[in-house]
This record gives sequence, structure tokens and C-alpha cells, in this order.
Amino acid sequence: MFENLSTQLLFGQLLLGLINGSFYAMLSMGLAIIFGLMNVVNFAHGAQYMLGAFVAWLLLNYLGIGYWPALVIAPLVVAVFGMGIERLLLRRLQNLDHLYGLLATYALALVIEGLIRNQYGSTGMPYENPLPGGMNLGFMFVPYYRLWVVAFSLVVCIGTWLVIEHTKLGAYLRAANEKPQIVETFGINVPRMITLTYGFGVGLAALSGVLAAPIYQVSPSMGSNLIIVVFAVVVIGGMGSIAGAAIAGYLLGAIEGLTKVIYPEGSSLVIFLFMIVALYLRPGGLISAKESN
Amino acid sequence: MNSAAASAGATMLDVRDLHAWYAESHVLHGMNFDVREGELLTLIGRNGAGKTTTLRSIMGLLKKRTGSIKLRDQQLIGKRTFEIARMGIGYCPEDRAIFSSLSVRENMFLPPVLQSGGMSDDDLFTAFPNLKARAGSQGTKLSGGEQQMLAIARILRTGSRLLLLDEPSEGLAPVVVKEIGELIKRLKQQGFTIILVEQNLRFARQVADRHVVVENGKVVDIVTNAELEADMDRLKTYLGV
Repeated sequence: MFENLSTQLLFGQLLLGLINGSFYAMLSMGLAIIFGLMNVVNFAHGAQYMLGAFVAWLLLNYLGIGYWPALVIAPLVVAVFGMGIERLLLRRLQNLDHLYGLLATYALALVIEGLIRNQYGSTGMPYENPLPGGMNLGFMFVPYYRLWVVAFSLVVCIGTWLVIEHTKLGAYLRAANEKPQIVETFGINVPRMITLTYGFGVGLAALSGVLAAPIYQVSPSMGSNLIIVVFAVVVIGGMGSIAGAAIAGYLLGAIEGLTKVIYPEGSSLVIFLFMIVALYLRPGGLISAKESN
Repeated sequence: MNSAAASAGATMLDVRDLHAWYAESHVLHGMNFDVREGELLTLIGRNGAGKTTTLRSIMGLLKKRTGSIKLRDQQLIGKRTFEIARMGIGYCPEDRAIFSSLSVRENMFLPPVLQSGGMSDDDLFTAFPNLKARAGSQGTKLSGGEQQMLAIARILRTGSRLLLLDEPSEGLAPVVVKEIGELIKRLKQQGFTIILVEQNLRFARQVADRHVVVENGKVVDIVTNAELEADMDRLKTYLGV
């Protein structure tokens, strides 16, 4: 089966894999940040990603606001919505078992998707590519927009990691992950920090949604199709590990892409097989949050 | 001399009829004591008497508390933990609470400067040369004594003048306990007001002005350090030693 494996196909799928990986990385990073600080498994993450794409679509179709401004506006709008959710809903669950946060956010995801499906139908709506064209590298053709997505998501992931690992703000966040009460005795408004952090994680999901809009169609179910894989990525990366989540995201995107070339039937399975093997060999995840303690 | 000087100071913290609960369990049953500016007060008593809970109640770490806790003239009951901290109280918990995901330097400089008059970053490292030498290591890789130094050092930069120290000598080697004692004496000389929870009476009497004896969530006795010698037998029965 390897004789018809052309470089064109191989690199094409690898690029597609990296695109998917970019979304996996950004989404799982947001999930890891939220889980780390709040102990909430944010099942609404897929719906918030979809909302990002949807707000961008609404901005374009009703207000004539294009892709580039939407890249800033849509994540802000969805982040504010997320902060409202944290204040009204998640804050009340913070002293309960994980399961309550998971159920509440799952319910929220269903409600959001249902409302949008009710209003706009379930067929996907196209979003115009803001960077048409591409370049021919000789062995493959690379569309500019896909290049932009990979590059931009790398910048976002590395930037987020730098802020968390190497700034004062990040030190507050890491400290509050460990002992929120003690951080509060230093005069830090930890409840507000939790609200802003949830807003940031949700904004990151919405940003991925805007990036995805021109590639995939904007549809109510675009998030739920992705979220299960993203959860696998977070688990493989190590629950709560920011770097682990991002690295696992790109890695699994690439593995998935390559599997599409070598054995297409296995491509939707490979991530979960990888999860089984990874958890067997490294139960704490690739970069274990516990291990770094 | 110490107690005389202390009694001349104005009241820094005044605790009246303080009750506090952990969930449904009522643990403080009307605590009454005060601490004056520049004074070093110890809370002594057996395990489970309510000493740590008293400090945690002052910081607002217990959700349910009633009565009155006044810092100068400001009421702390009803305020949230971070608001209480900003009013000028530094808290060093019993488990030292050093952050493992932060380096020694990050641990040290984590608490923000809340008021002027705190120690500068350079002064802190000069005062704690051991910590400077290990600034880049992971906070929890330090020895117990170093972790204790770090836990005290980091609240000195906030500018808080009232320090709550929960059993800083616990579990440390005698030579390290002596160092911590020297540090606490220095802080007192610098004019800090200190409430020290302590089970080690020998350690407490070297540094304190007055001792508040806590039993079953109540203050059962208050002795000045000068009276301590005479009252030693009575105190020993309180402590069960």
C-alpha cells in the first residue's frame, strides 16, 4: 500500500494534520488552564469555540465587520459571556465534586448548541477566506490561510506559555492553582482572578473558532465534533499541564494526518489508541503536572 | 521591661467574643484578647485548643464567624480574606505553604506590596542570604528551616505591620529553632506587632511579652512573660506537660 504514497499526499496530509493540531493545541491549552485553576472540566469548551466562529459570522453578515476585526471582537464577546457564566453558575459549584462542574458545563453546551440550531439551522454556513491564494513549494501547494493558522496558533500557544511560566501574573496563577487560600492571604483578589482566567480560557476557544470559520463551515455542531478529541489531547498532555496540552495537540494533529495517508480507516481511531498507549506508559501524561511538583 | 513598653502601646488588634465554625462544627466559643502596637503575643495551648483556628478566623479563612475583630478601629468580620490582608496583616500558616510550582525567588516576591514600609527585594535577600543562594531552586526543595524562613520572609515585603505566625518552630532542629527565634526577636525590634501560635513554651518565653492560654476555643488565662516563672506550674497543667 506504500507505492502510491506520493510526497504531495504525505505533506498535504501533514499540513492538514498540523492545522487540526493547531486547534487541538489552542483548545486543550484553554481547557488545561481552566482545569488547573478551577478544577472544572469545561465541557462547554466546544460550544464556546463554535460561538467564536458564530459571532464572527454574525459580525460579517449583520454588521459588515470582516475577519481581522472579528479576530479581536469575537473572542472578547465570548470571553465576557464566559465570565458571566463563571459568576452566575460555576462559582456556586466550586466547593462541590468535579462532576457537578462537568455536568453543568455539558448542559450549557447542549443549551447553547440547541438555541443556535433552532435559530440558524444545522447546515453549515460558509465564511469567506480572508487570505485567498497560496504558494507552490514545488513538492506541494500551501494555501496562505492555512499557513497563517499554523503560525498564529504557534504564537498564541508560545505566548500563553511564556506568560504563565515566566511572568509575575503567571506566578500568581500557578500559586493559586496550588493554594488559592494562601494567595488570597497575600491580598490578591483570587475570585476575580478565577473569573478572568475562565474568561481567558473561553476567549482562547472563541479565537480558535474564528480561525476555524474560513476552513470548516460555521455550524452549531462544529464544536462537539472536536471536543472529544480535545479532551483526549488534554489527558495525553497531562491534566492541567499547559505545555503538555499544546505539545500533545500538535503531535496528535500530525499523527492523525499521517494516519490518513498510511491507513485512512484508522485516522479517527488513532488518537484514542495513542491515548491508551500513552496512559499506559505515562499515567500522569506527557508532561505531568504532578511530576513538576 | 518588654511588657511595660507593650502595655503603653495603643491597641492594634482587639478580639471580642469571637465564635467560629468549620462547616457545622463550632470551634471557637467566644475568644477575648487584644494585642498592642509592637507587642509580641503568643497563643499557647494543647493541640486542637483553637490557636490555629483563631489565626485563620482573623484572616477570614473560616466562612462562618461572629463577634468582633478590630484592626485599629476597622472591623474585620464581614470582610473577605484579600481585603483583610490589604488592611495590613501578614499571615504565615502552619504548613508554611511554599509553592512547589514556583522558584524560591518567585515564592519570595509573590506577595504584592500593599503598603509602604515593607522590606525591599534587596533587603530581603541581604537578610536571608541562604535564600538568595538558592533563589533559582524549586520552593519545596528547600529544607524545612529554609522553607520556614521563606514563609516569613515573603510576608515582610508587603508592608504589613501585624504578623500572624503559626508555629514557626514546629518540626525543626534545635539549631534552626534558635535561628527562627533570633529572626522573630529582630522583627520585634523593628517594631512589628506579632501574634505567635506556639506549643513550645521554652521557645515562646524567649520572645514574648504576654501569653494567651487557649483551651476548648476560649481564652482561659493571660500571663505576662514576667509572671511566667511564678505561674509555670499552672501553665504546665494547661499545656498538659
